[in-house]
Parts: sequence; C-alpha cells; structure tokens
Amino acid sequence: MSNIRPITPLDRLARALPKVLFAAYLALFIAYLFMPLIIMSAATFNASKFPTVTPWLGTTLGWFRELWNDAAMWKALWLSLGIGLAVVAFALPVGTAAALFLTSLNARARGIFYAVMVSPLLTPGVAIGIATLILWRQAGVAGGTFLIVMAQATFITAYVMLMVVARLQRFDRTQEEAALGLGASKWMIFRRVLLPFLKPALIAAGFIAFLQSFENYNTTLFVRGTDTPLTVYIATKVRTGLTPAVNALALILIALTLVTALVLELNRRRKER
Amino acid sequence: MNEMIKRFGPGLGGFFLILVAVWIIGMVLAPNLMMLNFSLKPMLFPNDIGGPKDVYTVDNYTALFGDRVHRAIFLKTIWGSALVMVATLAITYPLAFWMAKVASMRGARAMLTILIIPFWINEVLRTLAWFIILSFNGPLNAFLLSTGLIDQPVRWQGDFGVLAGMVYAYILFMLFPIYNSISTLETAQLEAAKNLGASTWRIHWRIVIPHAKAGIATGCVFTFMLAAGSYVAPALLGSPGSRWFTEIIYNWFFEGGNWNRGAAYALVLLVLCMAVVMVTLKIFRVNLADVAK
Repeated sequence: MSNIRPITPLDRLARALPKVLFAAYLALFIAYLFMPLIIMSAATFNASKFPTVTPWLGTTLGWFRELWNDAAMWKALWLSLGIGLAVVAFALPVGTAAALFLTSLNARARGIFYAVMVSPLLTPGVAIGIATLILWRQAGVAGGTFLIVMAQATFITAYVMLMVVARLQRFDRTQEEAALGLGASKWMIFRRVLLPFLKPALIAAGFIAFLQSFENYNTTLFVRGTDTPLTVYIATKVRTGLTPAVNALALILIALTLVTALVLELNRRRKER
Repeated sequence: MNEMIKRFGPGLGGFFLILVAVWIIGMVLAPNLMMLNFSLKPMLFPNDIGGPKDVYTVDNYTALFGDRVHRAIFLKTIWGSALVMVATLAITYPLAFWMAKVASMRGARAMLTILIIPFWINEVLRTLAWFIILSFNGPLNAFLLSTGLIDQPVRWQGDFGVLAGMVYAYILFMLFPIYNSISTLETAQLEAAKNLGASTWRIHWRIVIPHAKAGIATGCVFTFMLAAGSYVAPALLGSPGSRWFTEIIYNWFFEGGNWNRGAAYALVLLVLCMAVVMVTLKIFRVNLADVAK
C-alpha cells in the first residue's frame, strides 16, 4: 500500500466516536430514568406551595408534617394495605391451585386453559374493572372495597399461577411417589413435600401480588365506588390541589421501595453463593 | 380433573378444583360474557328490563364509529400507542444489546439492578414526576429558558405530555424482554459473522434481531397494550384537547351515565388489544407461552 498515512488525532476520534456516543446514550438513559424521580423527591423540601424545584423558595421539612397530619392519606393508606393483603390471601391459594390443575392436564387441554388463565394479563385493566363492575351489579353489589379485591385478584392470580408453574416445572414427582410408598397420606404429601418445595415461589409471588395490588390504578378506578385507595388518593390530589405533601408521600414510598428491592437483591445474591 | 383428585385426594383435590372454577368461571369468563351481553343491549330504565324494549342491538358499537369525535379519539389512541411502542423499542434496543453482549458480567448486573429501581415504583408516582417536570412553571421550561433554547414557556401538557409520560412509564417493559432474549444468543455467532466480514448493521438485522424476536414481540405487545389501556398518563398529563380512549369509556360510566355504551367501548378496546397480541405473535411467529414468561 502506497497511500499509508500517519494516524492523526482525527482518526483516533473517529475510532473512539461510537464508544463516546454510546457512553453519552447510556448516561442520557440513566438520567432520563432517574431525573424525574430525583426532581419529584427534591421538590418535597422546597417551601413552594406547588411542588417544583424552580424557583427554590427555601428548604423546609414542613411538608412531611402536613402529610403526617393528613387524615385522608392515612385512611387511603390503610385501605390500600388491607386490599393488598386480601388480594394476596386470595391469589396465592387460587393461583397455586390453578398451576397444579394446569400441570395435571394433557397437552391440548393445557393449551386451552393456559390461554384462558393468562388472558387477564393481556386484557386492559379498565376492561377487567368494567366487567367486574357489571357482573356484580346484576347481583346488587355496587363498587367498593370488595369489588376492588375481586377485580384486582382476577389478573393478579394469573401472575401467581405463572410463577408457581415455573417452579413446578422443576419438581420431581418421584418424591411424591416415594412418600406415598412410605405410607404418607395425600394431605401429608402436599403439606410436607410439595408445599415446602413451592415455598420460595410462593413468597416471591405473594410479594409481587401485594405490590401489584398496592400500585394498581386502572382497574381500581372503575370498581372503587366511593372508596379511595392510595393511588386514587394521589391522582385525585394532582387534579384538585397538589402540594409537596404528596411529594413527601412519593419520597417515602420510593425509599421503602428502594430498601425492599435492596433487601431482596442481597438475599438473592446470598442464596446464589 | 381425575388426575387432581387422584393426586391430592377428594378433599384437597376437590378444594383446588373449586378454587380454579371460581377464578376461571366466576372472575374471568362470566364477567366478560356479562359485559358482552350488556354491551348489546340499549340503556333502559329498570322497569323496562325484560319488556318489549329489551332487545339485542349493535347500536352501542355503531355509535362509536358514527361519532366523529369518538372515532377520531379511538384512532388517535391506536396511533399514539403504536408511537409509544416504536419509541420505546428504538430507545431500548441498543441498551438491551449492550447489557446482554457488550458489557462485562458485573457491568450488566449493576445496570440491571439500577434499572429495576424505577420499575418497582408506582405508575401513578412516575406520572406525577412528569406532571411536575412538564408543568408550565416547572423545571423543564425553566431549564430551556435559561439556556435560551426557548424564549416563552411551552405548554407541554397535551399530546406530547401524554406520550412522554407513557414512554417513561412503560420503557422497561420493552427493555427487559429484549435483554432476556438477546442474552441467550451465543456470542460466538456474532464473532463469526464479524470475522466473515458482516457489517454491524447486517449482524443485527440477520442474527441478533431474528434471535431476539420473541423478546421484541413481548415488549411490543406489552407496551402497546399498556399504552392503549392507560388512564393515568392521559388524565394527569393531558389537556382537554388530548383525550384518550379510556377517558371516553370512563365518562360513559361515571359522567355520561350510559353503562351499556361504555361496556361496548371497553369491549372494542379489549378486542383491539387482543387483536394486536394475536397479529404480533403471528408476525413474529411466537407462541403465547413465550410471551407470558
């Protein structure tokens, strides 16, 4: 080759360019994900009546006090916690039963039931809420806490079912046969062999189910009647009179989420070792 | 069914079967059939029910397509949801590939942990965050004014706000499935293609994307569905001129007072989502079990 020329700084730049661009993209992506959460959290400490960070009118912790004294918030919080627990109490056994049922079927029947069981996950949340509302109206039951639980459980049970099915695929049925051969009753086998095997999946599923219920808005909105769980409380506040007290609530929820996610992650890593 | 009884005994096995029946029949099938039935009836006063006016009709469906405003909002919802889907796909694909194939084990692990954080946070709160950012006197306008990029504050709320909020809320539903499916690709395949002289573009088009199609299909299905069925983002980030189809449905129930028509509209939304799921799965030749993972 006769036209070899020395490598100029420009060439280096050209070679480094994709990497630089990618690093910029990565940084932008992370900023995009976290900036909104940081701004929302920071606004909690701004003395401004409307939650913002521009302009900064002085640093205060007063919005936490305001939140603490907000009786409607406490009511909404307790309601959401109660609904979450009720949904878990329903979805765990039913989802497990559905998973066991599914694995007991032949391939063709399993395909059909599987499609029916996952369909609530592919249905818009508003449609689930509306269908539940209409069905129960025929029975004279109006929107309220009970319908919130029923509507949420419709699709949350499907999540539990999927998680249990995933775990069941690794279950060795010969364990049950061995227990049977040793004279254990069927209840005993379920209680002492299958249930302990499913336990990790059930704990994870229970956690996911609670979280799904706690943060649900779309389905809840249609069946809530006049009851106000936390998500509805927050959304209503945004439209009727948003103050940084709501940001204080957001900050606390984010902190709780972070701690929980961290604990779960550490737990998972410890188990992997 | 016999298998359940045989395995768990009549008591426990029977109990399980009852639970499953309550869920499938009482909570999945019956409500939807009832909604269908409801949507095919005109709105009646209680004492007309069962009377001569209580007949089946498709009026509630034709009303949607006969009403110019509603039809336009319905089409806009489809178009907007598709836009959200394409935008999230374009934004997340490079990152998913990087995490799965380029980054070190530890780098990818750390990234995953960081990215999961917003995923755990409530959708209403994430939308609230955008409500604050996009507000008229909010940080985005303040920032842009200070850099001189704009000289008047911009009213972001409306179609732009809604779409921005949705992309933000659903972006990880696109990232994670794609990441999962790319990570099962043999890195050797990429190296082989590279050594044989394939361009970066060609490697992605011919190897990575075909391999990741189940993940891409899953991500597309979920983002489209979540966007089309979203209520929070349009309600919080929209303006009167940017109504979303779910808002129309809500109005039929709680402001218009015509539940039959609302049920018909909700069913149209449901059928739309189901159709998108089916068509996407067909195009990508993926089956339902892969999506539900």
